[in-house]
Amino acid sequence: MPEKIKNSESEDFKTEEIIVNMGPQHPSTHGVLRLILTLDGEVVKDCEVVIGYLHRGVEKLCEQRDYRQNIVYTDRLDYVASMSNNLAYVLAVEKLLGVEIPERAEYIRVICAELQRIASHLLWLGTHAMDIGAVTVFLYCFREREDILDLFEMLSGARLTYNYIHIGGVAADLPDGFVEKAKKFLDTFPAHIDEYEQLLSKNRMWLDRTVDIGVISGEDAIDLGLSGPSLRGSGVKWDVRKAEPYSIYDRFDFKVPIGSKGDTYDRYIVRLEEMRQSVKIVKDALSQIPDGEIMAKVPRIIKPPEGEVYRSIEAPKGELGFYIVSDGSDKPYRVKIRPPSFVNLESFKKMVQGHLVADVIAIIGTLDIVLGEVDR
Amino acid sequence: MIYSFLRDIVVALIKIVVVMGVCALAVAYTAYLERKVCAWIQSRLGPMRVGYHGILQPIADGLKLFIKEDIIPSKADKILFYLCPVICLVPAFTVLAVIPWSPSFYITDINIGLLFIFAVSSLGVFGLVMAGWASNSKYPLIGGLRSAAQMVSYEVSIGLSVIGVLIFAESLSMVEIIEKQAESGIWFILVQPLGFFLYIVCALAETNRLPFDLPEAETELVAGYQTEYSAMKFAFFYLAEYLNMIVVSAIGATLFLGGWGSPLAFLHIEIPGSGMMKAFLEGLIPAVWFCLKVLFILFLFIWIRWTFPRYRYDQLMQIGWKILLPLSLINIGFAGIEYFFYEKLAWYIFYPIVWGGTALIIIISFKFIKSFENFCVSKRRSDYETAT
Repeated sequence: MPEKIKNSESEDFKTEEIIVNMGPQHPSTHGVLRLILTLDGEVVKDCEVVIGYLHRGVEKLCEQRDYRQNIVYTDRLDYVASMSNNLAYVLAVEKLLGVEIPERAEYIRVICAELQRIASHLLWLGTHAMDIGAVTVFLYCFREREDILDLFEMLSGARLTYNYIHIGGVAADLPDGFVEKAKKFLDTFPAHIDEYEQLLSKNRMWLDRTVDIGVISGEDAIDLGLSGPSLRGSGVKWDVRKAEPYSIYDRFDFKVPIGSKGDTYDRYIVRLEEMRQSVKIVKDALSQIPDGEIMAKVPRIIKPPEGEVYRSIEAPKGELGFYIVSDGSDKPYRVKIRPPSFVNLESFKKMVQGHLVADVIAIIGTLDIVLGEVDR
Repeated sequence: MIYSFLRDIVVALIKIVVVMGVCALAVAYTAYLERKVCAWIQSRLGPMRVGYHGILQPIADGLKLFIKEDIIPSKADKILFYLCPVICLVPAFTVLAVIPWSPSFYITDINIGLLFIFAVSSLGVFGLVMAGWASNSKYPLIGGLRSAAQMVSYEVSIGLSVIGVLIFAESLSMVEIIEKQAESGIWFILVQPLGFFLYIVCALAETNRLPFDLPEAETELVAGYQTEYSAMKFAFFYLAEYLNMIVVSAIGATLFLGGWGSPLAFLHIEIPGSGMMKAFLEGLIPAVWFCLKVLFILFLFIWIRWTFPRYRYDQLMQIGWKILLPLSLINIGFAGIEYFFYEKLAWYIFYPIVWGGTALIIIISFKFIKSFENFCVSKRRSDYETAT
């Protein structure tokens, strides 16, 4: 039928597009994320991100409980970085209350937050490498993450949802042996980062899979509201710890690593370097930590004055902010969370278009999303 | 007359049963080896529960797969769906017929042995493509198509990579290739190092192993062509895959590593004793050497799998057509020149020339092939260091 061929849309040889559902049970979507991919062969023409499979209404639940009880909900947002979530929420409430935190508690918080950053990045590196096929790195990362979880278990008794950082300070003082154990970990850990780098950073296959994949320019990244390592990978030097210092971060000397191009490789390198910087911060904090109280004088029932507050921190995945409106009662009137994963996911469509199916996985990995935080 | 004919048939049948049985068991224990080596690389234990150090784990796995529920997608093409695992398995077993295990133990030796192996083993891909189609699901379909494309691109290179060996062996018969190596006292890896490298890379792609396991790619395509398969049908795919691995290792050992020949042959150790015992040992010891060489290549495959990330589909094709194919063509020309000098030069002049020539080919190829230009040095890494 020569006529039909002539009348077709294009004179060129054309293939039929297919729509593939990736997720919500796909092994590499890092949780219950659903991607509706329009594929031409293996090239991604379009991608629709469908979320909401894990929605628990945390923000609404927070209005039903008092300020102290809400800390446990924050544990369950980004469940691989619970300490950071605790810290962000607690800082917001403290800003609303206007309480002064004891020195020792501030140091313990920084130690926890930075160890949590390392643990979170380790989980990211492991899963990201596994997505690209390097399974061994995954198990190596979990080996080191285990040490950090052991430390947190010493602190709080829990391994995933710590509920450790409380309004006014922290739940308990550092137990005996914590400092020694932490120092031992910090001494050995940089060698392990070198080990990951040996397997990946100069590996031709890793370079082929990550360089120029999912490129996003600095301007686009800012427009889309990216934050954290994903933003810094694009060369934007913006870190909440430096930009709007909270807790006692201004006392530590650390660098903010940035990338140049904004591709998957840059984000990978930035996160690796961040782990090194975190090791440095924790080491400094451990050597400077003073004795003293770990809890400020906070009333048993917290009733902040009427008003509203927004406080954000540099969580492992980006800027994590809590916006709280108080009506003067013992329960928040309104809580709004600005989760980094949810906002970062916005850029996914832009990153993925024109790439191949295999790159979709690499790009999900590089964004470091946690669906608990996306859906809340 | 009839008596000797019957005897031949019985002997052949016994050989077939022994080879098939041993290989089926070997497949199970290759999977065990894979898990143990992987665990060792990843600093963990691997299977430890069933038997001493999990030694009975493969058998337990087999039993488990037998009694699992067999699920077929409701809109699958049922006949093809059932047929595919068998289509994969049959070529894998057929190829075993010409693998020479020891001088006195091989099912058959045909004068086109290697050609037969390549011809038959590439039929296995029909099973994968049809499995992808018959599942009536999109992930398996993509996996099946990938595997077809992969097979086409690497079958050419793998065929060309062994031509160098054939020039030296002057035969396609597997037994003769080994005998030639035993006679001259050199393994062909010494004269064909590049050929061996190309063969190993292509073999990885042929057997769908990481870094080329794209038809499966469990992180992208869930499990590719075998996504919808369960229970025994899945086990058949598994069996075929590992059997193929053993087969390509055996071919590699035959072509490049001297087959059943002992690496200690230069010592001229005579097997002591006489009669049946001596004959038995003379059959057994070469088989042990052969198996050790196969194990070595298998270990190489496993080691590579747990070290490297996975290539992307288009990169895989690029490597196949733009790098491996030209290199294997160059290698054929090189082998011709080599053969010309082989008889004429003394070994202490010949080998430096061969290895130097190989190094030169690799260096020049890296310069010419654009995608290889910064193979060893990461340019991006240094960019980053200056940026911060």
